[in-house]
Amino acid sequence: MAIDLEQFKGIFFEESFEGLDAMESGLLEMHEGGMNLETVNTIFRAAHSIKGGSGTFGLEPITSFTHIMEGLLDEMREGKREITPEITNVLLESVDVLRELMVAFQNHEDPDVTHMEKLRDQLTSIRDSGSAETDRHSDSQDDDETPDTAQTEAKETTVEGWNISFHPHAGLLKTGNDPALILRELSDLGEITIEVDDSHIPSLPEMDPEACYLSWEIHLKGAITQEQITEVFEWVEGDCDLELTPVYPERHREDRRSKDRRCATSDDRRQENQRQQARRPGDKAPSTPATTIRVDTDRIDAIIDMVGELVITQSMLSQLGEDFDMDKLDRLRDGLEELERNSRDLQENIMRIRMQPISFAFNRFPRVVHDLSQKLGKKIRLELIGEETEMDKTVMEKINDPLVHLVRNCLDHGLEGPAERMAAGKDDEGYVRLNAFHQGGNIVVEVSDDGRGLSREKILNKAIEKGLVKETDTLTDEAVFMLLFEAGFSTAEQLSDISGRGVGLDVVRRNIESLGGGVEVQSRFGEGSTFTIRLPLTLAVLDGQLFMVGGDTYVLPLAAIVESLQIRRDALGGVAGDAEVYRLRDEYIPIVRLSEVFSTGEYLDDLENALLVVVEWGEKHIGLLVDALLGQQQVVIKSLETNYERVRGISGATILGDGTVSLILDISGLVEISYAMQDVMKPRLAVENGRRVV
Amino acid sequence: MACILAVDDSASMRQMVAIVLKSAGHDVVQADDGVHGLAAAKERPFDLVLTDVNMPAMDGLTLVAELRKLPSFKFTPILLLTTECSQEKKMEGKAAGATGWLVKPFDPDKLLATIKKVLR
Repeated sequence: MAIDLEQFKGIFFEESFEGLDAMESGLLEMHEGGMNLETVNTIFRAAHSIKGGSGTFGLEPITSFTHIMEGLLDEMREGKREITPEITNVLLESVDVLRELMVAFQNHEDPDVTHMEKLRDQLTSIRDSGSAETDRHSDSQDDDETPDTAQTEAKETTVEGWNISFHPHAGLLKTGNDPALILRELSDLGEITIEVDDSHIPSLPEMDPEACYLSWEIHLKGAITQEQITEVFEWVEGDCDLELTPVYPERHREDRRSKDRRCATSDDRRQENQRQQARRPGDKAPSTPATTIRVDTDRIDAIIDMVGELVITQSMLSQLGEDFDMDKLDRLRDGLEELERNSRDLQENIMRIRMQPISFAFNRFPRVVHDLSQKLGKKIRLELIGEETEMDKTVMEKINDPLVHLVRNCLDHGLEGPAERMAAGKDDEGYVRLNAFHQGGNIVVEVSDDGRGLSREKILNKAIEKGLVKETDTLTDEAVFMLLFEAGFSTAEQLSDISGRGVGLDVVRRNIESLGGGVEVQSRFGEGSTFTIRLPLTLAVLDGQLFMVGGDTYVLPLAAIVESLQIRRDALGGVAGDAEVYRLRDEYIPIVRLSEVFSTGEYLDDLENALLVVVEWGEKHIGLLVDALLGQQQVVIKSLETNYERVRGISGATILGDGTVSLILDISGLVEISYAMQDVMKPRLAVENGRRVV
Repeated sequence: MACILAVDDSASMRQMVAIVLKSAGHDVVQADDGVHGLAAAKERPFDLVLTDVNMPAMDGLTLVAELRKLPSFKFTPILLLTTECSQEKKMEGKAAGATGWLVKPFDPDKLLATIKKVLR
């Protein structure tokens, strides 16, 4: 049976990426002078494991590259090489190179080796310039010496057999080696004759039961090479005296058969040997490595338990169904309740499988901050809070780029250089803080800094210049800051290669909104800024509120709904433009007529007693006008994009219990459509500013 | 069939070793470092121990030396799974009490052939 090692490639990649992360944080620690032996050991082990694994999977560039790294690290580990910032920087870059190579191999691409070759040369020159005896780690992996017990330069092809004199030292058994097994292995090579010399066995009182007192004279017949024999004795080299004498055909020797009981006939062994050789793995096309996820066995056990219960309930119900009459109605109800509970538990627990701590996403930032603060000449401390906060793996993968963007933005634009900070009376070291926590059905990630903060004036001037707002508009600070997320907006006086061309923040917002989340910013000039990302915990299932508009059923995320109410005429009002608002307690809430957005052709002149669903839109509230409210239920989100195309205002679709398809609404998309249908920018800003305008 | 203790901090390596050994009909107990390996060994005897050398908590050479102190592991074959093949490293392994070694890259056939050398 051939074993396909390809199936382990996925685990290997995952493990290697973890190893690279560990190397990276270890190197950063070292770089900051926090060097201890365990750190170096951890880094060494990671490189070592990657080397071992990549060899197994035939990823040659990685193997040879890590081999050089490992050599350097080994010298550092053993104190033979001084650890300098130059070395740690080169090693950090090597980590990047390895990551690139891994990704390429993972995607079945041909890796770009130019970067690797450049670094390999750097590593090699560091190694060669070094203090230590480097030849021990030289490129040759095979520095096996030929055992000097061999006394002959015999040409193996002409050898007919060997005479082997095997005299174990007393301590040979102590390493777990067994002469009988060695003899058995020899007998696999050819026809064997063994003579045992037991003359050295002492009398019983003097005998050490753990010592070996026997020795053997062996005659092995066959065209066997010296290597084959020394390989058999490889593990006991030094624990025995071994003499090998080749036997040539012309010097026929008398067969001296022995009656050694411990030796099995060589024919069986040979067959066994052949069987073994026959099971070389065949050439198999490499399978695509699946993306994997690591799950606590506890979680899996819990799921298995629940499946067990589900099966019991199912069999109970099917039994009930076989001869059902109305007397058993109560039992049917109980059973269905049980079924509901089982499926809900199962669903919740299965969703938890996909949950991972956000530290997976946070872990890259020490490096980002390290590299950038060096490049920018700023002193920056990174603070990570709430790293254990869990979120869906898919959400996490997608939140990565926006997060990096925001952090880079903080480093580049937000935080000042040491001189400027001192002048402003601040500590010369600034901080970037990443804080993650759960809030309702959302996960919130804050990226904050204590830098110079956002300048309302600068942003406003720029926005006026770009025609995004009019000079006469009255805007709150929040509304001004949100302008940063408008397409094409950039306040950086000069473009830098760090946070790019200022095209970023609108992309950040788009990415986050496409995940059903939102982003906000708060800032105090001179004191710092906080960007807040809000995302749903999972993308797969949604607690939904069903409602009707124009005869169709739609779904709203329950988490977004603040309350639902019947409109009272006296609370209705209008503002600048045609925007309708509703006064709810002290707040004016803009009304979005869904029938209009969906063009159902119905128009309610009198909103008295109509149903208004008040939903959150960022930090604000919006009222959606609906025809009827139906029940609440969990819905499984199906992507509209993959099955049809992206539709503005719709975040996905689902299949309801009765089999009909229902669309899930995306609130910010709806609001945009609604405003686009009215006057574009003005009412929106007026709305954001609601309290003051009305 | 033998009962084998496989110690390696790399999950992929450990699982590969385990699958290969199980496919050959052996029982396999896995441990992710020397400390856990030693704990497993104190629970019960094994016919063979396979261990990585570089591991956190307790490395392979220390594990071998510790195992040799246990009466039930005095003569148990213990093989080092290693990428090191310099003579020096091999001698260190033997000095610690290792029976032999298996040089990575990992190859299922080589593993099975090698353990056959030491299984009674």
